[in-house]
Amino acid sequence: MESVGNLILYFVVALVIIVCSVLTVTTRQILRSATYLLFVLFATAVIYFQMDYAFLGAVQIAVYAGGIVVLFVFAILLTHQPGKDAQQVESTRRVLGAVAALLAVAVCGFGLFSYANFCGRQLAEIPADAVTIDTIGRFLLSTDKLGYLLPFEAISVLLLACIIGGVVIARRR
Amino acid sequence: MNLTLLMYLVPSLVMFGCGVYGFLTRKNMIAIMISLELMLNSVDINFVVFNRYLFPGQLDGMFFTLFAIGIAAAETALALAIIINVFRVARKVDINQLTKLKF
Amino acid sequence: MPLSYTIAVVAIPLLMFFFLGLAGVKMDKKLTGVLGVIGMLITTILAYGVALTYFFGSDQGQMADGVRQAVVVCNPDWLSFTQTLVVRMGIMLDPIAAMMLIVISTVSLMVHLYSLGYMCDHHGHAEKGFQRYYAFLALFTFSMLGLVVATNLFQIFIFFEMVGLSSYLLIGFYYQSPAAVHASKKAFIVTRLADLFFLLGIMILSYYTGTFDFHQLVFGSNGANSLEVAQSAIATSGGATFLGCSVMAWALTFIFIGGAGKSAMYPLHIWLPDAMEGPTPVSALIHAATMVVAGVFLVARLFPLYVIEQGAMDIICVTGAFTAFYAAAIACVQSDIKRALAFSTISQIAFMMTSLAVSSADGGLIEIHGGQGLGFMASMFHLFTHAMFKALLFLCAGAIIHAVHSNENSQMHGLHKYMPITSFAFLIGCLAIAGIPPFAGFWSKDEILVACYEKGLGWGIWMSMVAGMTAFYMFRIYFLIFHWKKHEVHTEHAPSDQPWTMTLPLIILAAISIVAGFVPAHDMVTWDGKELHTQLNWTVAGTSVLIACIGIGLAYKMYFKENELPDKLQARFSGLWEAAYRRFYMDELYQFITHKVIFQSICKPIARFDRAVIDGFFNLLASVTGSAAYGIRRLQNGSIQSYVYVYLVGALALAVITMVCVLI
Repeated sequence: MESVGNLILYFVVALVIIVCSVLTVTTRQILRSATYLLFVLFATAVIYFQMDYAFLGAVQIAVYAGGIVVLFVFAILLTHQPGKDAQQVESTRRVLGAVAALLAVAVCGFGLFSYANFCGRQLAEIPADAVTIDTIGRFLLSTDKLGYLLPFEAISVLLLACIIGGVVIARRR
Repeated sequence: MNLTLLMYLVPSLVMFGCGVYGFLTRKNMIAIMISLELMLNSVDINFVVFNRYLFPGQLDGMFFTLFAIGIAAAETALALAIIINVFRVARKVDINQLTKLKF
Repeated sequence: MPLSYTIAVVAIPLLMFFFLGLAGVKMDKKLTGVLGVIGMLITTILAYGVALTYFFGSDQGQMADGVRQAVVVCNPDWLSFTQTLVVRMGIMLDPIAAMMLIVISTVSLMVHLYSLGYMCDHHGHAEKGFQRYYAFLALFTFSMLGLVVATNLFQIFIFFEMVGLSSYLLIGFYYQSPAAVHASKKAFIVTRLADLFFLLGIMILSYYTGTFDFHQLVFGSNGANSLEVAQSAIATSGGATFLGCSVMAWALTFIFIGGAGKSAMYPLHIWLPDAMEGPTPVSALIHAATMVVAGVFLVARLFPLYVIEQGAMDIICVTGAFTAFYAAAIACVQSDIKRALAFSTISQIAFMMTSLAVSSADGGLIEIHGGQGLGFMASMFHLFTHAMFKALLFLCAGAIIHAVHSNENSQMHGLHKYMPITSFAFLIGCLAIAGIPPFAGFWSKDEILVACYEKGLGWGIWMSMVAGMTAFYMFRIYFLIFHWKKHEVHTEHAPSDQPWTMTLPLIILAAISIVAGFVPAHDMVTWDGKELHTQLNWTVAGTSVLIACIGIGLAYKMYFKENELPDKLQARFSGLWEAAYRRFYMDELYQFITHKVIFQSICKPIARFDRAVIDGFFNLLASVTGSAAYGIRRLQNGSIQSYVYVYLVGALALAVITMVCVLI
């Protein structure tokens, strides 16, 4: 039996996620869209905190909410005149997209609910020292069986490539 | 009432559906990128939730999410750079108008 | 001089070709010409050395029992396909090869020297393509020398093609003139058609005899020098017949057709008059003295086989006799000096062919064995003398053309006063070809006539008549050019004798034309290598001189001074004159056969089939592919969102299928 606070928190978060997701893709002002995305990302961070993954939540806020959304806002302001609405999407296109999305949700939802007892699993306790910063740091840089050094290095190479790519793209010709 | 696995998956699924819808209907490239971020985020949630419920002693899903966030950040930065560059050349960001290279 | 120097004789022109052809562009034009002349001079000295050594020098295996033998200097394998099928490239010296070495190198040297002057304009500047010209001359000389020293049929075929190629290149030397281009194509195509038959003949002959080698063809594979063995090769094919004739007759006739193409025998002569579009020295070298006698040489080379096949000999005889008359008749009315000389050449070559063919008079090997073969000797002798005086005549013509800038004799007239040296040289050439003693043509033509009279009275009379016509048309040309009426000077320069580079060859060749008749050919170039004892047949000689004098007298009467007689005769026999002037419509006949008959009835339907069916099929394939591609390119429209739809449908279908499978 969960604590009531936890339940309320969950419902608030779920509501924010659902509403803001829908608003993100339906609003006609692109800057608002980015703002709603920010709310969704914050709500996601709350879920991570709820899962006891405090570090991940911090990363979510710092990188996603703090970094990516700011990038989005910059890009939007560079390419759009503020206050100007986007054109109304034609209805056939909208209907078609809605059907496709609903179909996807339906299929996946059916899948979820048909595995109801598997999905109805309870949240288990985890060891207190399982997700400390210390453990995460060790895992990230270890070469053991469960170490993540290789993906870590791969990501760093990828980021380097992105930096170079960004420089090349942004360079004035 | 318990918070089951399903209860976290449903908002994630809705978020994903919104992402698909946005991706398919929007013309603005930045809006498409935002939709893409929604989908990525929903997948991230799934990773974390599955990890937490099914294998509470391990951290695999969490690390995947960590890396996914890193990659998403890089990809978004690059994609936005490209979009801005395209805008500088063509003064447009709508994909249905960027048809100069089409047959 | 060792006979192996023959290799150098052949190799030097080849090296000169590569050197002048590759390095000539970088060099001064005059320098290339001088280098070409020097190279040719060395070749000539070596060729004379080798040939004289062969005839008169110390024994190097060329004499056995007083009979001249063929000496194979070298004969390496060139292409060995199988154990038995080997093509060799070698050098063989025998009397006719040695004689041809002299003829080719002499004329070629004269032409090389002459071209130094001829291929320049009046200010002494060399023409465009001067280096190319000398490179091609060297190539031609190499090919012709390689042809005459060939050891086997296949080698001779290869060099036959090469002389054809060099001839093509040199006729088309002025490639900017459409007439020259057409003439070169015509020469190439006609001779190629003839060479097809030559190749067929070679294949038939070597299939039945099992060898390409002349020595083995003539003397059998064991190399014994006896005529009985000579038949061994032929005996193996004795039973084989095709369409009622023996296979050997077919093979030899085909080979003769190949030779007839090169030697411009009727009806394959049509290319030679047009070939006069090339530079005049080239006409002198290729189309008067050397290449056109390649066919005669070929028949002479295979003479021991032809002797046995009387049928093939008869064909040659009739062809030759007819061509001689036909060409002489046309030569009588031509107004273009080079064309007239070209028809004269055809006629004279036909003399040689006829002479070869009558050589087997009365059939029978025994008689030939016992000292007949006069015709063969006469033919080769005439080949030699004719090369000299015809080259002389052409070079004179070149000098005249160079002076007056026209080929038409209406532009010439009365040049004797302006060009005395050329005039005398031309006169000597005319006297030589007309057969006036003591000039060269008398001796050789007389022997040809003797041989013809031995074959039969009719042949002799016919050829004597042609000889008379020869005298007439040659002096007609001479008088029209140098006398007739006073020359009207059209250009600011009055025509005059040309520079020494052009005059010297004329003097040398004129001298040779005077004395060449005294060369003891009858004990040098006989078909079996034995000496042939002949003496002047005074009856025949007297008659032929008389006929020649009549011809000359007639020409003098008609053409020495301007008068009305030629025009009257032309008006009187206008139809005949027109026909002869138009070469008896042979070119029109060819045009009709090729364009109207072959192109219309064979090529057009084939072309239509090709265009409609073959091309149509591939066009159909292409258009089907194209339209299919055009249709499905809509799938790849570059819109990411439509791709996502497709992807989504696929992914959902996969998910549904998976779930259905799991739940059931």
